[in-house]
Amino acid sequence: MAKTLYDKLFDSHVVTEENGTALIYIDRHLVHEVTSPQAFEGLKLAGRKLWRINSVLAVPDHNVPTTDRSSGVAGIVDPISRLQVETLDENCADFGLTEFKMNDLRQGIVHVIGPEQGATLPGMTVVCGDSHTSTHGAFGALAHGIGTSEVEHVMATQCLVQKKSKAMLVNVEGELHKGVTAKDVALAIIGKIGTAGGTGYAIEFAGSAIRGLSMEGRMTLCNMAIEAGARAGMVAVDQITIDYVKGRPFAPKAQQWDAAVTYWNTLHSDEGAEFDATVTLKAEEIQPQVTWGTSPEMVVGIDGKVPSLDMAKNDVQRGDWERAYAYMGLTANTAITDIAIDKVFIGSCTNSRIEDLRAAAAVARGKHIAPNVKLAMVVPGSGLVKAQAEQEGLDKIFKEAGFEWREPGCSMCLAMNADKLEPGERCASTSNRNFEGRQGQGGRTHLVSPEMAAAAAVAGHFVDVRTL
Amino acid sequence: MQAFTQLKGLVAPLDRANVDTDAIIPKQFLKSIKRSGFGPNAFDEWRYLDRGEPGMDNSKRPLNKDFVLNQQRYQGASILLARENFGCGSSREHAPWALEDYGFKVIIAPSFADIFFNNCFKNGMLPIVLSAEIVDALFKQVAANEGYVLNVDLTAQTVTTPSGEIYPFEVDAFRKHCLLNGLDDIGLTMQQQEKIKAFETRHRQAQPWLFA
Repeated sequence: MAKTLYDKLFDSHVVTEENGTALIYIDRHLVHEVTSPQAFEGLKLAGRKLWRINSVLAVPDHNVPTTDRSSGVAGIVDPISRLQVETLDENCADFGLTEFKMNDLRQGIVHVIGPEQGATLPGMTVVCGDSHTSTHGAFGALAHGIGTSEVEHVMATQCLVQKKSKAMLVNVEGELHKGVTAKDVALAIIGKIGTAGGTGYAIEFAGSAIRGLSMEGRMTLCNMAIEAGARAGMVAVDQITIDYVKGRPFAPKAQQWDAAVTYWNTLHSDEGAEFDATVTLKAEEIQPQVTWGTSPEMVVGIDGKVPSLDMAKNDVQRGDWERAYAYMGLTANTAITDIAIDKVFIGSCTNSRIEDLRAAAAVARGKHIAPNVKLAMVVPGSGLVKAQAEQEGLDKIFKEAGFEWREPGCSMCLAMNADKLEPGERCASTSNRNFEGRQGQGGRTHLVSPEMAAAAAVAGHFVDVRTL
Repeated sequence: MQAFTQLKGLVAPLDRANVDTDAIIPKQFLKSIKRSGFGPNAFDEWRYLDRGEPGMDNSKRPLNKDFVLNQQRYQGASILLARENFGCGSSREHAPWALEDYGFKVIIAPSFADIFFNNCFKNGMLPIVLSAEIVDALFKQVAANEGYVLNVDLTAQTVTTPSGEIYPFEVDAFRKHCLLNGLDDIGLTMQQQEKIKAFETRHRQAQPWLFA
């Protein structure tokens, strides 16, 4: 029978199955400091060992400062953040795990460093106590976020108790306009199906527009599958995938490489495979997207307006939109291009890779942030991304344009470290969530692509990057 | 894990869709390396008027009187009634930890985000999916009747209203078994370790590069 990519990935990892509940084997376990301490504690209290030590790659990313790190972990000002990072260091030492510590050049956001190191490979099952683990599905892997109890479960057993999801195909056909990115595709999909549209599904992204995306673009897209409600997003393996993986530190070497590639080339949905749901978008119809509200589904194209209540589908949505207007300080029918911003954040596991920084720098080059923009910050996804950007002179372009150039980490995507919005501040952000308080209590987040964030920084308000 | 069999409890309504885990427990409280003590900070930004930080004496903070859970009539609630896509966003298990520590053992909604839904079962909590129409009717009854109580029976898979209406709900058989018996997942999986080892051997032979 013709199989979907999801079928192939799931079925090839089933250890045992009973009444539709399967035990699936996990190949790669990524670990960060926020969702792991209670899992390590659970193992220690129960006297359990970690099943397979070399399946784990750990890194501190959520709490780390993006400013001066010359004093190391001891220099983290917030004592609770410092303790969490120290706890990860201790646990990794106790269990003998590979960890890229805060001042290691390879440190960065867990979903940036996995692929960068070749620790994420096609055909793998990848988990992490972090919802944006869906990112790794870009490699034709089955990757999803798990809770801390499951982190402990995977550490102890190398397995996860899973029920198979339904399969959804999201087809994006055609060619994207210049200035329209994977981020815009992701937001357009969420705008179409809603933040619960993918609940209960694993999404495969396909179609000519997806085939045309680089690996970094595919990662951005799969990263936001969770924002559409799907735990896992994925893209079939092709030559772009294989070329990206080749030569990375954790990638297969020598004689194993050819065998791996042969297997990886089977990782696509078979002709005639059936999906439980199919959604189709035309690439040409997608514009640069800007969210206006407090959920990623509250999104419109750059030439759009904040929608009015009569466009809401029911009373519950009307209530949500009214609360969103109030929280965001916006009124219905406001043109998106009339919304002025206070801050700009370019970073996060969605958009902090080298191509993102190149695209933002191309917009900022030779210009300067607008006088009303109090802070524009660029936070590279990893130490290696930062070094590459500096080698290309991107840091100079950003600094000359008035941006701050920071150290790698999650930063103001979720504001667990010192980088946060003050109440009422409005931010053009390349991150993934515009929830109330996400970037700081009372902060107002508008999700955009790196190009659109840089354009907003320069203009002081949202603007169609294609008109610059 | 604590077993869950049956609960008769006061219902509190949270009438908004897409309640995310950032709202359930804001990020500053995720810095804790413990599993307990998150209850006083559940819905922190909606519940209090000041900015919450770890280590504050929450009993001295100014309450937001407009937030539904602060109303006198809902004190002591153990069942939370919610709308679509409850628990969306971050995978943080601190969200169910916070709700459980607050006192909620059951959450009823038309739909839940997958990771949150899963995390509830790991903590002795029962998330129940009822149709949007039934949930809507329950919201109206809760609003109209102070002290509104529901009876949740996991064995029978039913929710019973004070007037005797019975709403059946679905629950996965394995999860039900674990919850009824308070079983630890890890212990159960460890009973399969010979199968895991056998799978691992086959997997290593087929894809040795995964084990390098």
